[in-house]
Parts: sequence; structure tokens; C-alpha cells
Amino acid sequence: MDAVFDTFKLRAEAVSAEVHHFPRKNEALEFILHYLHDAGVSDAPQAYAVWASCPFLDGVDQKQLSTTLPGLLFDVNREVSAAAKVGISQLDWAIANTGTLVQDAARVDQRLVSTLPLIHIALIRSDRIVPDLPSALAKIRPEQTNYISFITGPSRTADIERVLTIGVHGPEKLIIVFYDVLLDEPGSVN
Amino acid sequence: METKFRESINKALHNPNLTGALGRFSEAYRISRQKAYEGYDFEALRTQIAERKSYAASHLDELAERFTKNAEARGTKVFRTNDPAKVREYILNLARVNGVKSVVKSKSMASEEIHLNKHLEAAGIEVGETDLGEWIVQLAGQTPSHMVMPAIHMSKEEVTTVFNEQVEQGQKPDIPKLVKFARGKLRAKFLKAEMGITGANIAVAETGTLVIVTNEGNARLVTTLPKIHVAIVGIEKLMEKFDDVVPVLTALPKSATAQLMTSYVSMISGPVPNTDGTPKQLHIILMDNRRTEMSQDPKFKQAMQCIRCASCLNVCPVFRLVGGHVFGKIYTGGIGTILTAWFDALKSSDDIQSLCIQCGNCTEVCPGKIDIPGLILELRRRLAVEQGQPLAQKAIFSVVNNRRLFHSMLRAGSLMQKPLQKDGFIRHLPFFLSEMTEFRSLPAIAEAPFRDTFKKIQQPAAKNKEKIAFYAGCLIDFAYPEMGESLVKILNKAGIEVVFPEGQTCCGAPARYSGAYEVAAQNANDNIKALLADDVTYVVSACPTCTVALKQEFISTFESLGQTGSLPRARELAAKVIDFSSLVKKLVDEGRLKFKEGQQLGKITYHDSCHLKRTLHASQPPRDLLTQAGYEVAEMYEADMCCGMGGSYSLKLPEISAPILERKLTNIKNSGAPLAVMDCPGCVMQIRGGLDKQNSTIKVEHTAQRLVDELE
Repeated sequence: MDAVFDTFKLRAEAVSAEVHHFPRKNEALEFILHYLHDAGVSDAPQAYAVWASCPFLDGVDQKQLSTTLPGLLFDVNREVSAAAKVGISQLDWAIANTGTLVQDAARVDQRLVSTLPLIHIALIRSDRIVPDLPSALAKIRPEQTNYISFITGPSRTADIERVLTIGVHGPEKLIIVFYDVLLDEPGSVN
Repeated sequence: METKFRESINKALHNPNLTGALGRFSEAYRISRQKAYEGYDFEALRTQIAERKSYAASHLDELAERFTKNAEARGTKVFRTNDPAKVREYILNLARVNGVKSVVKSKSMASEEIHLNKHLEAAGIEVGETDLGEWIVQLAGQTPSHMVMPAIHMSKEEVTTVFNEQVEQGQKPDIPKLVKFARGKLRAKFLKAEMGITGANIAVAETGTLVIVTNEGNARLVTTLPKIHVAIVGIEKLMEKFDDVVPVLTALPKSATAQLMTSYVSMISGPVPNTDGTPKQLHIILMDNRRTEMSQDPKFKQAMQCIRCASCLNVCPVFRLVGGHVFGKIYTGGIGTILTAWFDALKSSDDIQSLCIQCGNCTEVCPGKIDIPGLILELRRRLAVEQGQPLAQKAIFSVVNNRRLFHSMLRAGSLMQKPLQKDGFIRHLPFFLSEMTEFRSLPAIAEAPFRDTFKKIQQPAAKNKEKIAFYAGCLIDFAYPEMGESLVKILNKAGIEVVFPEGQTCCGAPARYSGAYEVAAQNANDNIKALLADDVTYVVSACPTCTVALKQEFISTFESLGQTGSLPRARELAAKVIDFSSLVKKLVDEGRLKFKEGQQLGKITYHDSCHLKRTLHASQPPRDLLTQAGYEVAEMYEADMCCGMGGSYSLKLPEISAPILERKLTNIKNSGAPLAVMDCPGCVMQIRGGLDKQNSTIKVEHTAQRLVDELE
């Protein structure tokens, strides 16, 4: 990986995010399934994992995944998101020098899975890192989408005695998973 | 000053939680802010912000129309009004029509400005603040004490009590647990609410986009879960282009909380689907409330460049002592004083404007490049015009302006106290100086003013016939003639003839800082006449406040009063004015003055006077001179923080001046140096007087006094 990834990782970790990189999509998928398993995801309220539809899921057998891991839901709504422990979604851009992720979040499921659960797993293609804020703003088109989200680390507050506390209204954990895409692979078009 | 206001100051000063938390924060902030800006050109960045915000402020109508057109084209309803009552009416009506019983809010100063919660609750609607600090303050029935950290005045124990009494018993003072408890309680409110209310940090006209910045993620929930989203946006948030987001979003997190980026930024350009698939109702209220009027005021237009980061609060030596509650209104601190005068009423700023000590710390960090102290002075001037100058003040100025009378009155007062005099200090002074002695000793008034002793100093026959005029100012003329003598001796060593124009009078700073601009203009005219009478290369002053008056404020006083006829002579004088250290540094660099060779004079610490450092930008020359003389400069902590003197400030608000001085004295002592020097006789008076009260052996002097014997 290159310098801009290293910068991103440094900045994102500095704001308490976890950063992983996998050269292949299936390795990323495997990591996520292990993570969900270890996090105790199961078919019970407060233990669901909700996965918002995204290019990463193209060519992935969702039915089979749900069977292997009960509680992993692809049909995202308000109720299951509120009762989920983990939310998974795909982000569009990463800004290296602030450790920020950027997403077209006009679809409500994009926001439900990344705001309500305690843990947010953010998938992103490793060719989508830009160096800074100006280059990110040049990529996004507010004329074309009604809601754009910037996410930098987990939810935080310092409102009581200025003590930094992670996870007030949004996730208390942000796991960022980069994956490389070969151009002929499903999920390469976004 | 109202008694109630004084009481609130004393209450704040005696609240150790408040002063402790704010004090620690201000110390940490200075360092973390600097770190956040590492690798950025802050001057270039804030110039960009100032330009773009200023452009927007001059094109408010046009931008509001463009914003409205673009947002409405996407299905958003935009309502624009000047009247806070209409904003409340619009929201109440919307709530009624849609059967709204419960509202969640993410932090919105604009909604606080119009006291929206009170009106919603009166209509039977439940309102939940969701920013943790705002919620705590709401539960406690208080108002925010800081724009960015609303509950900074409360300890975790106090928060626990509030939760136990107002929400649910059984909470313990454990911060992560308290936060988790709040998350659970507020989550239920989010899921239940039918309407979400937010503010916005930027409103982009070109695309009809709102930019909302939070750390907790509450704005994301407020704009996602309820079916109606209402954004209340002060029109100062309008900017022309989407590209204008870059400088503001770059500076805001760094200046506000010293973060590179806040956890969340939402850019909303139109209604999004609700969780049940229906389209969200998105209402944007563009609220004016006198902002257009403010943008049309030639002085106050620049206040529209504010991005509400609150950094002016964080670096303020007064705010860190008293916090936000003494301001009595929604907006606090330096910028808050200005906003209150406009959004509330000019007279509402009457007491709070007096809190500003004019140190200028805020001008160094403001990302909108706003001259906050300058605007506060302008408020003071307008208040003085509106209310007339108090009689006692008038009497004082008429005495101050009559130099011989002023001296003899001060001298008479100091003589009466003669038995109490010790080592050049007097314990008490009658007249208006008497209040000052509580926390520091005052200088004895010299037997003869400098204007008389000067005549006894034999001037050399000037080489090159070079003459420099010395402007003494009140303190050197009457209390510290020895500083003037040192300065004259130093210039004489360079072979320069010094002249002391007799017609010189008070620099007008006391009058100007009290809003009495007519008096200040008269002072300016008298001084210009006196100081330009001789053909001199420089007019030198050993008081930075006087230097700033001569160099800059005569001009701005004339401009404020529209006395344009006096401007050319004021500019002619300004071009010749120089401060003591900068002049001496120049003479040393030119080889006209030489320090004695090979001296090792030991440790010394240097205090930066506000006007010298932040207005004249001359913090380096005195340090260089001291080092060249053979001293080892041991920097004290916060060397450039105000000493609390602020001219008549220490008379008007001694209760604030004293603790500011206290910090300064501690920092001086901790430097380990036996000598403390500075370039301002006012600072000498404050600091020497403070150390004397504490029986300290640290010697305090003007740089001129310290250097005079080290030069050949």
C-alpha cells in the first residue's frame, strides 16, 4: 500500500478507528464474518448485524451468509437497525489527511446502519483514497444527492469535564475495511 | 454597572469548578489548537474565510434568493424572515398541522437566540436537546456557559445529581457510565420524535446545501429518524459556492475543538426518504433577526465573518475566569458581546462590554479575522453616545487633560499618604485611583513630573543634527520619570538630541476605551500639534498603549467621528511613531549603539505587553536587546498573556484584574529569574505592585531601565 493509505491509517487510528486492509474481496468478507461471530452476533434483539446493500455485496450469496450466521440481516429497516449490535455499509471516499470517510447517504439504510448500532463496519475500496478535503469535495456532487455523510472516527463527546468519551449517540466502534478491486471482479463498478 | 452583574461576576469567580475547568481548558486549548493547525497556513486560511464570508455578507439578498430557488427546486420548503416571532410561529404551526407531540433537537444557537424551547413547551410539545452538554443544561434548568461546551461549568458529581433528580435515581459519578445512561435515555427520544430541529454551520447558495457539523452524531439521528426536519439557519451562514465549504470546514473543527475534523459532517441538499419510504418534510428557515442590518453597518459588517467556533472565548483571559453565565444571554465571550448587542439590543451589551480588557488575544486566533476588541470599543462608543458620558467621568477627563493640574492633584494625594510610603510605593491613593490598592501597591507620584526633570538633562550637540521627539504619556510623566530618563540617556549615547514637546498631553486611550471619542479626538489634535512642531526623525514612546494611540488610534478616532480634515496630519505623525525597543534595536543594528562587551548578566524573564505584542508585533526586539546585553532570557509560561492592568480596567473590575495578575505573578516566579522586564509602564505598575504586595524580591523594570547601563 502507498503513502496516502499510511496517512489515512495514521489519522483514522488517531481518532480511535480501526483500519484493516485486504488485497482480495473474499479475504475482507472472511474478516467481517469472523468479526461478527466474535462480536456475538445472533438472531436476537440487540445482537443483530445489519448490512446495507452495496456494491461489495454484488456476487455475494447473501442467503447463504444469513444461514451461516443467523442474525445477519440484509433487509434493513428502522426496527432491526435499532436492535442491531453491528451495522455494515460501504463508503465512497476516504480522505487521507483527516482519516475521514465520505458517503452518498441519501438512502436511509446507509444512515440507519451507521448511526444506530454500537459497531459500524465501513467497507471501502482501496483505490478510493484522496489526499485531502478539497480533493474530496471536488469528487462529490451535492447537486446529485440530497445527503452526504462525512464520518471521522466513532461518535464522541467531551461534554462532561472535558473527558473524551467514545460512543455517545452513534457507534462506539468504527472498523474500516479496505479491499482492493480487480477491474473484472463483481463490485468493481461503483 | 448593575449590582446584579457584579454579583454574577463574583459568583463565577468563586465557583472553583468553573474557573478550574475553564482554566485547565484554556491552557490545553492553546497547545492542542496549535497542533491541529500544524502544516496549515492559518493566515492564508483565515484570509480566505474572511474574504468569502465578507462577500456573502455584501450579497445576502442575492444569496438567500439563490439558496431558496435551488433548495425549493429539490422539494425543500424555505421560509425567510427577519422576525424571531415569525420563526416560532412557523414551527408551532408546522407542529400543529402534523400533530407533533415530541421534538428532538441537535444544537442550534439560532433556536436558543429566539427561545424556541420555551414556546414549544408552552404549546404542550416535549422538547429534547440531544447534544449531551445541552441536555444536561436543559435538565438542570440552566443556560449554556460555553458555545461549544455548554456544560463545562459542571462537575461529574453535579451532572450525576441532575440525572438522579431529573431522570432516574441510581446514577454514579462515572463519566463513561453517565454517557451510556444518556445514550439510552436519549435514544428513546430520537425514536419517538415526530420532528427534528437542527441549525446549520454553512448554507451553500449555489447548491441549496446545508452543512451540519457534530461530534456526537446527534444531528445524523435528528435528520434521519423524525419525519419532519426543520433547520433554523441564521443568514450569516450563507456562502456563495460549494467550494466555500473547504476553508470553513478546514478551520472550524481545528479552532473549535482542536480536531482535524469533527466526527460527523452532514451535507443536506434536499428531502431524503424516511424510514417508511415516505419523503421527509424538509423546512429551512432563513432567519435574519437584524443580521442584514448588521451587514450594512460599515463597522459591524465584519462580525458576519464569524463561524461560531468560540476560539475567542477559549483564549480570553477574562472568559477563563468568569465563564459564560455572566453574559446573561445566549451568545457569550467576545463575539457574544457583539452578537448580543445586535440580536438582542445595544443596551443589553452595556455591562458585558466592560468585561473586555482589550488584550487582543482573540484577534490572533479568530478564523474570521474579526477585530473583536475593536468592535467592542465601537459598542462602548455607541453606548456612550446613546447614554451620554457620566458626569464623574467628564470631570476626570478634564483633569487628566490639564497636565499640571493632574500632576499636582496626584502628587497632593500621594503626599497625604506619605507616612505609608515604602520603597517608592504608596499603600493608598485618594481620588479615583484608590480602589486599585486592594491587590497591589501603587507607585508614588514623582515630586517633579518628567516634563520638569527633562529640562535638567543636558542634550548633546546632535551629530547629523538628528532630533527625536519623546512622548512620555501619563505614567512616565507623573509616576515613573526614571523610565523617561533612561530612554533619553540611551538616545543621547547614540548621539541623538531628544526633544520633549511641552504641549503633549494624554494619548486619549483612557477616553477612547471609555467610549468618549470626542475627548480622545481633542487629545489627538493637541498631541499632533505638539509633536509635529519640531522637525524630528522619530517620535518615540516607551509605552506601547501610547504608541498604538499615536500610530493607529488617532486615525481611527478621527475616522469614527468623520473628522477627515485631521487625517493627513494624523498620518504624518503615525509615520514617525516608533516604540522604544524597536528604535533601540534599530540603532544597535546600525552600529550607533553598542553593548558593553562580554557581559554575563544572568537570568531575566520578559513579559509581553498586549499592545506591543499583538498590535505593534514587536515581541522580538526587546528579547534580542536583552540577549545582546548579556542576559539569559528565561521565558515564563504564557509570557504574552495580559497582566490584568488594561488601563482603567483594573479600576472598574478589580475583582477580575486581581486573579489575572495572580496568574502572571505565579508564572514570573516559576521562571526562576530574579528580574522581570517589560516595555509598558502600565504593566510595570501592575506587576511591580503585585509582587510588592507579596513581598517578593523579584525586581520589575522597564526594558529601558534595564538596558541603560549595559550600553557603552
